[in-house]
Amino acid sequence: MSDRRMAVGNYRNDFLKEVEANVEDGEWVKMCMQCGVCAGSCPLGPYWEHPPQEIFMMIRAGLRDDVLSSESMWMCTSCYNCIVRCPRELPITHIMHGLANYAHRLGLAPKMNPTRRFAKLFWNNIAAGGRANELKLSLGLYFMDGFATGIKKSLQMLPIGLGMLKTRRLNPFGLLAGGNCKDRKGIQAMLKKAKELEDKRKGFA
Amino acid sequence: MAKLVPTNETILVAGGGISGMTAALEAAECGKHVLLIEKSPSLGGRVSQFHRYFPKLCHPTCGMEINTRRLKANKRVHILTMTEVTAVTGTAGNYTVNLLTRPRYVNENCTACGACAKAVSSEIPNAFDYNLGKIKAAYLPFVMAYPQRYVIDPSIVGTAEGEAANAACAHDAIDLDMKPESFTVNVGAIIWATGWQPFDAAKIQPYGYDRFTNVITSVEFERMMDPSGPTGGKLLRPSDGKEARNIAFIQCAGSRDRNYLKHCSRICCMATLKQSTYIAERYGDDPDAKVSIYYIDIRAIDRFEDFYQKVQADPRVTFIKSKVANITEDESSGDPVLHGVDTEGYHRYDNRHDLCILAIGMQPSVRAEEIATGMHGDANGFIETNDENGAIFAAGCAGNPLDVNRSVQNATAAALRAIQVVNRIAAAEA
Repeated sequence: MSDRRMAVGNYRNDFLKEVEANVEDGEWVKMCMQCGVCAGSCPLGPYWEHPPQEIFMMIRAGLRDDVLSSESMWMCTSCYNCIVRCPRELPITHIMHGLANYAHRLGLAPKMNPTRRFAKLFWNNIAAGGRANELKLSLGLYFMDGFATGIKKSLQMLPIGLGMLKTRRLNPFGLLAGGNCKDRKGIQAMLKKAKELEDKRKGFA
Repeated sequence: MAKLVPTNETILVAGGGISGMTAALEAAECGKHVLLIEKSPSLGGRVSQFHRYFPKLCHPTCGMEINTRRLKANKRVHILTMTEVTAVTGTAGNYTVNLLTRPRYVNENCTACGACAKAVSSEIPNAFDYNLGKIKAAYLPFVMAYPQRYVIDPSIVGTAEGEAANAACAHDAIDLDMKPESFTVNVGAIIWATGWQPFDAAKIQPYGYDRFTNVITSVEFERMMDPSGPTGGKLLRPSDGKEARNIAFIQCAGSRDRNYLKHCSRICCMATLKQSTYIAERYGDDPDAKVSIYYIDIRAIDRFEDFYQKVQADPRVTFIKSKVANITEDESSGDPVLHGVDTEGYHRYDNRHDLCILAIGMQPSVRAEEIATGMHGDANGFIETNDENGAIFAAGCAGNPLDVNRSVQNATAAALRAIQVVNRIAAAEA
C-alpha cells in the first residue's frame, strides 16, 4: 500500500459505521454537537473515565479498542437526565447500554466490571425461571467474589432478610423449587429464537 | 402626519419597530400610501431598548432620529400608535383588516412638558425596562419616544390621581373620556413586522432564572447598561445591589435546543460579544473584572469575525467551549455557580460568578398562524415565504431571527413585494 493510501486509511471511519450498524441507536452518534450537557448533567459524571460526549467523539475518531474496552458506558444507571436535557434529543442512555451490550457480545468488555457481572447474573437468573428469583439472585451476588466474602455479606444482610421473611416479602423455598413462571419452557424457547434473530442481524451467527 | 383614507392601493404595515418603520418609509418614499400601526405608545420597538449597536457600538437613538425625521417629512405615512390588528380577511389586493386602538388619554396638544407626571405619585412596572424598574402612571415611554406624547395608564383613570394629572395639564391635552375604538380598513397589501420577543427564560429549568436572582437575561442586562435604564447604567446585582465584576454569559439559552427553540437565534453570539465590551469599558484595567463566555460555537458571521477576534484578544475575556449543564446558587453570597464539562479536554468545572447572563433566544411576537387563516409559518411560528400567504409579507424578525442590519434589508425587500402588489391593482383600475 502506498503511503498516501495508508494516510487516507487513517481517516476512514470504519468504527463509526460499525457502531451505526451494530449498536442499538448507534445511528444517532453522528448527531452529537459536543455541547457537553450530557456529561454535566450525569449524577455519576465525575466517576466516568470518558463521559458520553467524549465517547461519541472517540467513536467518530475511530478509537475502537479504547471505546469497547472502556468501563465508562457501564457507569450508566438509566436516570435519563442526559436524554431529557440533550439539545438534539440523542437517546444517550440507550446508546450507552447498546455500546456496553455490543462490547460484551464481542468479548471486549472489562471482565471484572461489577455492572457487567451483575447484569450477567440477573440475566441468567431471570432467563432460567422466566421470572426473577430474588433469593437466588441476592445469594449469587453475595457469593460472587468467593465463599468467605459470601458468608460475611450474608451475615451482614441477615437482619434485612429476616425482616423480609417476616413481612412475607421473601419466599424461603425459592432456593429449592417454585417461583418459576407458568410456561417456563415457552419463555426459554422465545428467548432462544430472539437471540437467533439478533445474532443473525448483528452478524454473530 | 397626513390624514389618510385607506384603499386597496394602500399598504398596511403592522409593527413600528426598525423593520416596520423601514418598510413603511421605503414604500412611502416610492410614492405609496402607507398605514403604519404600532401596539405600544411609541415607535422604535426593541431597537430603541438597546444601549449600543454592534458592530460599530454606536447608539440606536441616532438611527432612530434619522427614521423619525424621514417620517415627519413624509406625507404618505399615516401612523396609529396603541393600535393592534384584531382580524385579517381577504386576498391579495383586497384585504379587510379590523383594528383596535386603545385609549392613550392624551391628545395631540401634548407638549411633553411632564407636568402630569409630576402631579401623579402612583407607579407602574416599566415595560420599556423589561419591568426591572417602575415608572409614573403618567409617563413618556422613553426619552426618544415618537410621537413625543405622554400616556396616562388606565389604572389611574377615574381616580383622584387621574383628575390631578388632568388639572396639572396647561395645554388641554388630557382627555380621560377616551374609549377603545374598533374600526375596519381596506388595504391592498400587508407588511407584517411585529418582530420578536425573548424566549421565556424560566422554561430553561436547569438554569433557574425563576429561582436565582443573579441569573438574568441579555435583554435585561442591555437595559441595565443604559444610563437612563433601571440602574442608571451601573452593573448592580439584583440580589444585593453590589457591583458585579465576575460575569458569565451562557450562549444558546433556549436556542438550538429541541426542548426549547429549534433554531439558532443568530444575534446572541454578537450580542454577547458586544456586551462583553461594555464590561471592558466599564471597569478599564480593574484586575477583578472578568468575563467568561460559555458557548457551543461562536457564530460571528462574515464581517463580524473581526469583532470576535478583537474580543478574543481582550485578556479579561475567557471563552469556555461548553454548554452549561446547570446552575446552582451559593446561598450565603447569592453567587450563581455554573456546572458542566468543557469540550476542549473534558474538564469538569464548578465556576462561581457574581452575575450570570443568559444570551436568550428569539421567538416571533406573533406566530404566523395567528395572523390570518392559512398563513404559513415554520415550527417556531416565523412566517415562511410562500405564495399561499398572498400579499401578507414578513419584514424583519417576524419572518426570521435577524440582526438590525439584516432586518432593514429584509424590510426593504418586503416593501418592494408590497409595492408590486399595489402597482398591479393601480394598473388594473387605471
